[in-house]
Amino acid sequence: MTISTAPVSAAVKAPAAEVAAKGNRLWSWLFLLAGALYFLVPLGATFYWSLRAEKGRLGVEAYRRLFADANFLPTFSESIVNAIIAIFLSLLIIVPTAYWVTLRLQGLRPAVEFITLLPFVIPAVVLVFGLIRMYSRPPLLLTATYGSSRILLVCAYAALSFPYMFRSVDNGLRAMDVRALTEAAQSLGASWGTILRKVIFPNLRVALLSGALLTFAIVIGELTIALFMAQHTFGPYMANLTRSKVYEPSAMAIVAFALTWAAMGMIAYVTREGKRR
Amino acid sequence: MGGAKRPPRSQFGRWVGVLPFFVFSGLFLIGPTLILAYRSFEGSEGGLTLDNYRQLASEAVLRSYGMSIRISLTTALVGGLVGFLMAWAVSMGGLPRPFRSALTTFSGVASNFAGVPLAAAFIFTLGRVGVVTALFELLGVDLYGTGFSLYSFWGLSVVYLYFQIPLMVLVILPALDGLKRDWREAAENLGATSGQYWRHVALPVLLPSILGTMILLFGNSFGAHATAYALTGGLLPLATLLIGQQISGDVLHNPGLGYAVAMGMVIIMALSILFYSVLQRRSERWLG
Repeated sequence: MTISTAPVSAAVKAPAAEVAAKGNRLWSWLFLLAGALYFLVPLGATFYWSLRAEKGRLGVEAYRRLFADANFLPTFSESIVNAIIAIFLSLLIIVPTAYWVTLRLQGLRPAVEFITLLPFVIPAVVLVFGLIRMYSRPPLLLTATYGSSRILLVCAYAALSFPYMFRSVDNGLRAMDVRALTEAAQSLGASWGTILRKVIFPNLRVALLSGALLTFAIVIGELTIALFMAQHTFGPYMANLTRSKVYEPSAMAIVAFALTWAAMGMIAYVTREGKRR
Repeated sequence: MGGAKRPPRSQFGRWVGVLPFFVFSGLFLIGPTLILAYRSFEGSEGGLTLDNYRQLASEAVLRSYGMSIRISLTTALVGGLVGFLMAWAVSMGGLPRPFRSALTTFSGVASNFAGVPLAAAFIFTLGRVGVVTALFELLGVDLYGTGFSLYSFWGLSVVYLYFQIPLMVLVILPALDGLKRDWREAAENLGATSGQYWRHVALPVLLPSILGTMILLFGNSFGAHATAYALTGGLLPLATLLIGQQISGDVLHNPGLGYAVAMGMVIIMALSILFYSVLQRRSERWLG
């Protein structure tokens, strides 16, 4: 009986399934359109405002004013330098760590994974609170001058990047046979430093690049930590601009969106290229 | 010579690769948090006490925590639902394939587009002179006259959804991909309708994932500071903004209470990450 009804039910089912699929597609379009509306309207509105700085006609005056602003370039370049130092610091710490817990000290993996998750657990505003309390008195006085606060800021950024960097590097290590590569290098007489520099790093290029780009995207406009450490970086500058100017903030938001888009696009690109090879 | 020194050196060699990591984390992640934790137990006249935690029940603190929790719950639920529906639409809703990669790329960008630029974008959209506000006016609706304000609970929720929905899409898409085609075919062969398949097969399998990601969204919004600061200048009662004010000047008139408020946040964040990872592990049993 079961056997005989099976084809019948399938035959009856076919049109029903088709109708369901059509209904699905309608709903899909609906959800996607609603979402697209919500996501694109603010961008469109901001872009529209950014073209209206000149009375009576549309133009790029807001962008010109933004780039000509005396504080734009200094804060932006300071943030770029901070981001690059933080990325290198983070790489220098995370790559050996990820390598070690993959190859030599597997027992430490849970502890390392736990610590790299801490930036998700400790909100930035709480972290900067703790940093200020910890480093505002001798022997660990670091908040006294602008330069020493900046060191603290960069170290905080490196720490904030740990979750992304570790996950990225760890995935990269899993994708290659670390043990075999290491043993091969060792048998050729390479030291640990040489192995890391000449074997592991080059094989991790894609992982390192995407970790670095993600860190860059997060750090470049960071507001909270920089604000409370009184740093003249891009985040506090943008916040000031938003409060004090009319048209420039719209140009700034569009530029920031384009930057984020560029960073994410490059991650997608290097990942795709890496897979192809 | 070498023989005597060898054991300690190899011991050192065993750890040298991870040592910088633990030292650095201790200095810039764990240490600062432990100091706040310790101080939160310090009384105003010295000595260890739970007084600061008792005072969390004071009005100013409860108001900020309440607002933070309400916004986080709202944006986690709405963001979770909308994100799920959008992920469903591009993964199994029968849309052309390019939509899927467009949505994931955009989600990657939007989930990282938080902070000042996001706040600015919404000021130009839904602020008092924003484009959408103006469009409503053309239609004869005075948006701000109806009680809506970008600088309020609903306003901030609308802004937060801009990074909450994309995060949901990014985390839930792989889970949707994990649904096996066999399950659907098996259900259909047994005569199940599409609704029955979702109710009895797909949703129960997806539920830990959906719940877990919503909890992740909760934490994501609960710890957010920059967007709210840029939008309201720190005026809205929010837990993160309260801590910010406490850093700049002791607005609670009690340093110890400030530390307790900060630790309260850490505890709530830790719980949400914990629940998320437990639920995620649970969902891997089926969808892994």
